[in-house]
This record gives sequence, structure tokens and C-alpha cells, in this order.
Amino acid sequence: MTVPLKMLIVDDSNIIRRKIERGSDGEMFKVVGSADSGVAAIEKFKALKPDVVTMDLTMPKMDGIECISNLISIDPKARILVVSALSDKATGIEALEKGARGFLCKPFDEKKLSDALKELVQDYV
Amino acid sequence: MSEETLQVFIDGVINYFHHTSEKEVKVGSPYLIENNSPAAFDYTGIIGISGPYRGSVYFTAPKALLTHLLLAIGEKDTSMEYIMDLVGEVANTIAGNARSKFGQDFLISVPVVVEGAPSNIHLPKDLRSYVIPVYWRAYSSAVVICLEA
Repeated sequence: MTVPLKMLIVDDSNIIRRKIERGSDGEMFKVVGSADSGVAAIEKFKALKPDVVTMDLTMPKMDGIECISNLISIDPKARILVVSALSDKATGIEALEKGARGFLCKPFDEKKLSDALKELVQDYV
Repeated sequence: MSEETLQVFIDGVINYFHHTSEKEVKVGSPYLIENNSPAAFDYTGIIGISGPYRGSVYFTAPKALLTHLLLAIGEKDTSMEYIMDLVGEVANTIAGNARSKFGQDFLISVPVVVEGAPSNIHLPKDLRSYVIPVYWRAYSSAVVICLEA
């Protein structure tokens, strides 16, 4: 039996955080924490050392793009899946250039979330 | 505001409910209203817009619709906190999805959620808004667009 990967969920909406937690495969992922802003996410990331992070972009205090840069500077191997309603290509490219490994556009259903999370960790060793 | 611009938000509403609920959503014909008597139901999620377009986009809905929608997305907690979170998240999703058409310069704020109608801080009284009626199950709600180019 494999150990579930530790997941940190970052989104300013409690509903979305809970939706992601419900939709993530419990055998593959264990949610170890959540954060409602980029600032809180950095603190949780340092403390919890998650294997994967889901990241909203439009958040108070510090937006997701800036937060991605910070997380990557802490751990260049961080696996970050952006989960955002911002659906323009330029934002997606910017997030990937900052170090995100995937992009899931809101609104999403459980299958899209599951597929995106599996793709995020497919080469995880 | 062009028909094409309004269609972006109509598509956003349909896309949101399509991904969230098995029940079909219907959108009525958009109409103009004066901002001194804004369209509003019980709760309203407001997104401020800046960049080439300035103004606001909001989603307003009755408590019963939001409660039912929470259950439809699998959320069992239908307390006030979650209802207000949801109305903001719907507005955020519709406004954010509009960037697929308007691009990265279409800047959106985090949601502001109020009971009832937005104040004139979000809706300048000298402007008018387009109301897009939204019908889901037995409920009426609306997406309202107040933008100047």
C-alpha cells in the first residue's frame, strides 16, 4: 500500500476548498492543510511540506501568481496545480512560467479535478 | 455594450451551471435598468472590474436558489457563511471566465458579498446596467453587467 501524497489546498472560497478535498482521491492524496490567501499558503507550505498544492489565483493579501513564485523559491520541485476561473491563455502561461505544473479552469467537476491531479503526479517518485 | 460582450457573460452563466448541476439553466433576454434602482435578490456577489473596461459584474440570487445550489455541488453545510461564499464564487467564476474573451487586462477583484442590492460604490448612479435573467429549477436570479469601455 502506498502512502498518500500530502496536499495543501489554497483558495479564498471555503466551498471550493471543501469541494477539492471531497473530489481528491483519498487513497492517492491526504489533505494536510488549507489556506485562504497567498500569505497563509506560504506559512502552511513551510510548516506542512506538502507534496502537491492546488492554487487559486484571485485571492486577498497575495494573489496566486505571486504565491507560486514564493513557493517555487522555497522548493523548486513543488507540484502546483492552478485552480482558477481566470481563463485567458496569458494567465495560464504566466502561471506555468512561474512554476505551476498544471491549470484547471473553474468551474470544474470531480472528473476534471481527478484527471488534473493524476496528471500532476504521474511522474512522481 | 455590444451583443458579443453580453454573450460572453451569458456563456459564463451557462458554463457555470452546466458544470455544477444536472438541471438545465435558462437565460432570459437581457434588458437595461437604471443604476438608481438596481436589480437584486437576497444576496449579491460583486466583482469590481478595471483595465480597458471599468465597472462591476454581479450575480444576485435568492437564498433558496443558493441553498439548493450548495446541495447540488455536494456541500451539506447550507449556513449563511456558505451561502455568502457561494454567491461570491459564482460571480468570481463568471467574471473570471470572461477573460477568455477579454484577455489578461480584464482585471477582476476578489468578490464583495452583500445582502440585497449593491450600493452606489459599486454601481455609479449615472450609469445603466444590463440585466441577464437566469432561471434555474424554479428560481430566478440574475447576472448584472455595468461596464464602461
